Parts: sequence; structure tokens; C-alpha cells
Amino acid sequence: MIEAVADRTDAGESTGAEAAEEWQPRIVAFLCNWCSYTGADLAGVSRIKWSPHVRVMRVMCSGRMDPTFVVKAFQMGADGVIVSGCHPGDCHYSEGNYKALRRVHLLRRLLAGFGIHPDRLRLTWVSASEGDIWAKVTREVTETVRKLGPLRLEA
Amino acid sequence: MSDSPEKTPARPAEAAEKPPAPQAKPKLALYWAASCGGCEITVLDINEKILDVAATFDIVFWPVAVDLKVKDVEALADGEITLCLFNGAIRTDENERIAHLLRRKSKILVAFGSCAMEGCIPALSNSTSRRETLDFIYHQSPSTVNPDGVEPQLETEVNGFQLELPAFWETVRALDQVVDVDYYVPGCPPQAHQIWAVLEAVIDILKTGKPLPPPGTVLGAGNKTCCDECQRRRDEKKLKRFVRPHEIIPDPDRCLLDQGILCLGPATRDGCGAKCPSVGMPCRGCYGPPPNSRDQGTKMISALASVIDSQDPEEIEKILDGIVDPVGSFYRFSLSKATLGRRLVEHREYPEEPRASARAELPARESGSGKEVAR
Repeated sequence: MIEAVADRTDAGESTGAEAAEEWQPRIVAFLCNWCSYTGADLAGVSRIKWSPHVRVMRVMCSGRMDPTFVVKAFQMGADGVIVSGCHPGDCHYSEGNYKALRRVHLLRRLLAGFGIHPDRLRLTWVSASEGDIWAKVTREVTETVRKLGPLRLEA
Repeated sequence: MSDSPEKTPARPAEAAEKPPAPQAKPKLALYWAASCGGCEITVLDINEKILDVAATFDIVFWPVAVDLKVKDVEALADGEITLCLFNGAIRTDENERIAHLLRRKSKILVAFGSCAMEGCIPALSNSTSRRETLDFIYHQSPSTVNPDGVEPQLETEVNGFQLELPAFWETVRALDQVVDVDYYVPGCPPQAHQIWAVLEAVIDILKTGKPLPPPGTVLGAGNKTCCDECQRRRDEKKLKRFVRPHEIIPDPDRCLLDQGILCLGPATRDGCGAKCPSVGMPCRGCYGPPPNSRDQGTKMISALASVIDSQDPEEIEKILDGIVDPVGSFYRFSLSKATLGRRLVEHREYPEEPRASARAELPARESGSGKEVAR
């Protein structure tokens, strides 16, 4: 009888451990319409394997990415956020990507103040022809976030 | 705030419409929770008009000025207080207990001042933890002499008497994160002319029976930003560096942000008359975010990032080094309402330093819930 109870406890514990192992990073990506979204599309069309943990949101320009979007994503359960735009000098709206650049630098400092590791927010430049680079970025970010572990910022 | 005790709901409509007993003056209550007392003093800044207030209202609770006790409030019928101006954030179980009590007893509960509206200065401790706050105050601060390592206890026995102190919580919350709030009056403190405008409107409504503004309205403030009221000259903003107010003597006519001083005017509601910028001090943001903006800090980041004049990551980092404390600067008055809420306590990953769990072990108390609130 006692053995049976012990077995059940063991089983319960191992289930819990498995549940913990099942955690997968949740990553939100804000991609600009003109370069990065098209680049991610190319990755798909070209059948390049990229991280399944990245959820893509299309914005017209990386400069449209309001810092509120990023903190809201973290608050709603994202473990990492990617912001991706056109390469410097290539922005469809001339300099929206520079605005995104400065926002991300400032945001990373803010996130650190809230106890969120700045590496959870990543800014990249991916052009419409760089599907392979997009795939690489998603894999890198997933790996970084996986190392950092779940954020557990209760909503 | 899912783990907070259930909110005391607003008074039901039929209770609110019950006419007061004949000849009875409407009742007014003022309370301070976690606050500095400035909001109380500023009520007196309406000068001789305070006599009109005393003539119109029966003051039933005002700890700073009137010797009435909590038990006197408890003796009132539910909804008997017509207007309650509640200032101060919710920091301890006592704050929360009185917030629930006053909500129950009041027809109109106003979050009065920045602390009650969005946390204000007390909420800056949400950027640290309860344990760190206690450590600094009782052990580490240079002016502390505490060889026995004494810390405040919930219950202490002194000469055979049992003394109690309120439980000190991990997170500072705004009033509406604890109970339903009818109206908000922003400001640290609210400006006297705005207080009078609010009181005058309430007195007018009581006399004429005009309808009340819709619940949730921000009273005694404008609908634009502080910059709209500021008289300084604005040029195209191109920031190459940030300076702190004591580092330069600012040009008296030019926009302070143009001069590199971190001024929160673009992300702050108007209504104060831009008092700080008019005397050379930057706006710190006490009137809270402007309408249709949830998060003052991220809005300010958005605005600042647009005007920093650099496209080179290294140079941007150098410029940003001029902003000494991003959380404290951008959420000086609104940290309780920040989207991210507070610094992570349990799962603290940055900066990495080993520390014991910051959560307090609080015994349950009969009045407020002794339950710790994580966010």
C-alpha cells in the first residue's frame, strides 16, 4: 500500500518535471511590411526551417513599433521580442528604422530596470531578400531566450 | 490584481440617489494612505474658500485636521458620505482596509492626487523589493544606527501592552487597483485652483441636481499635454546629450528638452499651468499620462527616441548614459500603473546577484488579507 502511494508520488513528480521541460519560448516579432516581413515570407516560400516559437506581427515600419507594444508583449506572456526592419539607409520611410534603433536602445535600459534581461529584446535588420538571415535570427533569439528561461511576468 | 481581495464595488445606483435627510449637510471625508501629506496641505491652499467647503459639507473624517477616528466612520451608514477625497497609495494592510471602508461608506470616491491615482513617489519602491527597502532603511543607510538589527514587527509587547503595526507589502498599488474609484484628480499635489474647480463643481451639482460626469473621468486637469501650456520657445529638437538640471543654467526662454534636460512635458497631462518649466525645472510628469495613453514611460521613450540626433549605436549608447535612472525618470509618478507593473521579484534575472527570496512571510491578519500581493 505504502509502495503504491510512493509510486504515485513519484509519478506525480516526474509529470511535473516533464511539464517544466515542455516549456517553450514564446517570442513576438514585430516586422516591417517592406523588408523584414517580406524576408520572413521568403524564408517560408523557400522552405527554410525557422523557429516555430516566433509569432510574427506585421507593422508598416519598424518606426511604427511603439515601445508600449514591446512592454505589452512581455506583460502578456512573451519571453522575448524581436524588432526587425530594413537595413540602415534602406527604410521605405527614410528613417523609421533609426527611430526603432534608438527606441530599442532606450527600451533595453528600461527593461533592465524592471528586472527583465535586455537580451530578451533583439533588434535586427532583415531585407526582403534575406530569408536565410531571418531564419538564423529566429534560431539565435530562440536559443538566447531558452537559455534565459521563462520570464513568468504574471499578467 | 487578480490575487487581491475582491474589490469593494461602487455604491449601487439606488443607494446613490437616495436623498439625504432633511437639513443634513452632505458629508465630506478626506483620508491619507501612503502619502507625504502634501495633498492635505494643498486642500488648504484654496484659502478662504475652505470656509465655503465647511459651510457646504459636514466633515466626518480628516485625520490631518479633525479628531475623528476610524470607528466614527465605521458607525456611519453605507453610502452616507457624499464625497471622499482619498489621497495616498496603498502600501500597507491598513491602507487597504481603510480604502475598502471608505469605498463602502462613500457615494463618490475620488482618487485625489498622484499617489492614489497612479502610485506616485511611494510606488518607486516597486522598482526594488520589500526586503531591499527594509534592508536599506533599517540596516544600511548611512544615518542608521541599529546595532541590534531591529525591524518593525506586526505585534510587539511593551510593558504588558500589545502594540500592532500595519503589514508592509511588497508592491505599492494605486487606489483603483484595490477598490472601484469614481473620479481622479491628478497632480503631486493637485493645484489649488484645480481643487477648487472640482469642489465648486461638486457643490454646484449638489445644489442644482445636475448629472455627475461619467465615472472614471479625470477631474481638475486638461486634455492635452504639459507642453501645450508651456510658454517656452520650441525649436526642432535634436539632442546630442542629456544634462541634469543642476549641470547647466538653462536658457530662460527655450524649451528645456531642446536644451537636453529630461522634461516629461510631452508625455504628461496638462492642467497644472506648466509651473515647473516656467521656473526652469523640467516637468517630472506628476499629472500622469495624457488622455488615450496608458503608459507614461513608454510614451516618453517613444518621444525621446525620435529626437535623439544620432544613427550610430555606440553614440546613441553614450547619449543615453545621460539618463541616469530610466525607470525612476519615466515612471516617477506612475509606476503602479506601468504596463510592466513592478520589477520582477521572484524571478529576478537582472542584475544577477544572489539574494534570499524577497517575499515577506506575513501571518494572516483578521482585518485586511495578510496575503502577499506579488504585483
